[in-house]
Amino acid sequence: MANLFPNIDWMDLLWATGETLYMTLVALIGTLILGTILGLFIYLSAPGNLWDNKIVYSITAGFVNIFRAIPFIILIFLILPLTVFLFGTFRGPTAALPALILGSAPFYGRLVEIALREVDHGVIEAAKAMGAKTSTIIFKVLLKESMPALVSGLTVTAIALIGYTAVAGSIGAGGLGDYAYFYGFTRRDMDIVYVCTLLIVLIVFIFQFIGDVITKKIDKR
Amino acid sequence: MIVIDQLSKVFKTNEHELKAVDDLSLSIEKGEIFGVIGYSGAGKSTFIRLINRLEEPTSGTVEIEGQNITSLSKHELRVKRQEIGMIFQHFNLLWSRTVEENIAFPLEIAGTSKAEIQTRVQELIDLVGLTGKEKNYPSQLSGGQKQRVGIARALANKPKVLLCDEATSALDPETTDSILALLVDINEKLGLTIILITHEMHVIQKICHNVAVMEAGRVVEQGNVLEVFSHPKKPVTKKFVEQVMGKPDEELTDDVLIEHISDGHVLKLTFVKETANQAIISEVAKHYDVDINIIQGNIKQTQEGAYGSLYVKMTGDLPAVEQAIQFIRSTSVDVEVITHG
Repeated sequence: MANLFPNIDWMDLLWATGETLYMTLVALIGTLILGTILGLFIYLSAPGNLWDNKIVYSITAGFVNIFRAIPFIILIFLILPLTVFLFGTFRGPTAALPALILGSAPFYGRLVEIALREVDHGVIEAAKAMGAKTSTIIFKVLLKESMPALVSGLTVTAIALIGYTAVAGSIGAGGLGDYAYFYGFTRRDMDIVYVCTLLIVLIVFIFQFIGDVITKKIDKR
Repeated sequence: MIVIDQLSKVFKTNEHELKAVDDLSLSIEKGEIFGVIGYSGAGKSTFIRLINRLEEPTSGTVEIEGQNITSLSKHELRVKRQEIGMIFQHFNLLWSRTVEENIAFPLEIAGTSKAEIQTRVQELIDLVGLTGKEKNYPSQLSGGQKQRVGIARALANKPKVLLCDEATSALDPETTDSILALLVDINEKLGLTIILITHEMHVIQKICHNVAVMEAGRVVEQGNVLEVFSHPKKPVTKKFVEQVMGKPDEELTDDVLIEHISDGHVLKLTFVKETANQAIISEVAKHYDVDINIIQGNIKQTQEGAYGSLYVKMTGDLPAVEQAIQFIRSTSVDVEVITHG
């Protein structure tokens, strides 16, 4: 092993993997919450839907469109002042979280909206005819019925997030991207780059596998 | 009793106005099965949605047992809707829930306790004949079974009214009949008022007591099913009657009948509200010295009795034939003598 990858400090690698997982999972939770709220607002305020409201629709849809349009590397620089204000620094995995969440939540929000739109309108009408409150329709009909699409959307988002953590790594966020860039690429120790790549691919596969298993289990259609 | 008074719904699109329901007034007795028939686009789907305000009326009122539905606040309407069951053409079940969870849903909405939900759900499953299917998901059920779940769900909160929106239009004829039988069964058992809309005359003929024929947002003909369909006045009603009775020109005309039948008396017996139990033909044959030969006929059973017509050839001595005709006339069957042999 030492001959194959002469430049690797295995403890550093383990630490970097831990940082990547930490950033991905925490950002994924933030993305899930913010993205679901964004998706719900866009869906509900859309013309003809439960909270038909042009102003709310324009604001949420506009927010999502703008943040999805900004390339992630630029988004990191753009919100630097916010990051520094919140954490006192822009280095380290925790400082990367606001950018990660802002970068992926609008993306997930769109996926949530698409998933909700797929819910059969007749089922919503049936719930209304039973005298359901809007909150009941949201939690027991809309979110429940679109669950497989929400989970597979979250899987796609998680994988995009792993990519984002590597981008954030190149400006010092930590994690495997950081390790591969500063310790591997800049020193021309390519074995480090290869190992980091392998690990990232492995993490992506594991996320995809977990996502597929859950989707399959909850899909009763 | 449901009273609908001058109900209108106008859909406005850019510069276009569509009167889906146009100044419609009806009254529906408690405990009856009331059918609304019309072709697609006649406004019947909008009409049934106006009753529980899934569509907000443009003007007019809907009153259910003295309570004005149209003036209820949003909150009051939600509570009221729990007393109005509804079933749909495409069933609209939650695919993520099992049969029993689907039926429990309206009870959860009404805030029923868990223990009560359990017993009520089991009652309903037995009522609609789905025992053993409790843990199945809708995707594992046939269309007829899905509609049974829909019916159980609609009955969960013990409604006074059941609205059926083309409830059998997505089912095959055999399944349609079993669902219609179930509807009659719950109508009789629970004394439930049922309002159904359909484009199938068969459905009206089978289970409805009263019917309204809709065209272009208006009721063009209404009344007792037998009466409306034995004496249809409007062209659209006549077309619907043809759906089950066949076109008049498919029957032999009187002239052709006379041509082919040289001896005997050709009679046309018209049945309206005649109970099937009365064995008129055999009675005549037994008590009078005549022979009866059935030439052609078309008789349908409805909730209120049979209607249709029967062409027969009667042979025998003239006095005997005349006596037999007298006898038939003394029942509720109408006799028209087409030819004397």
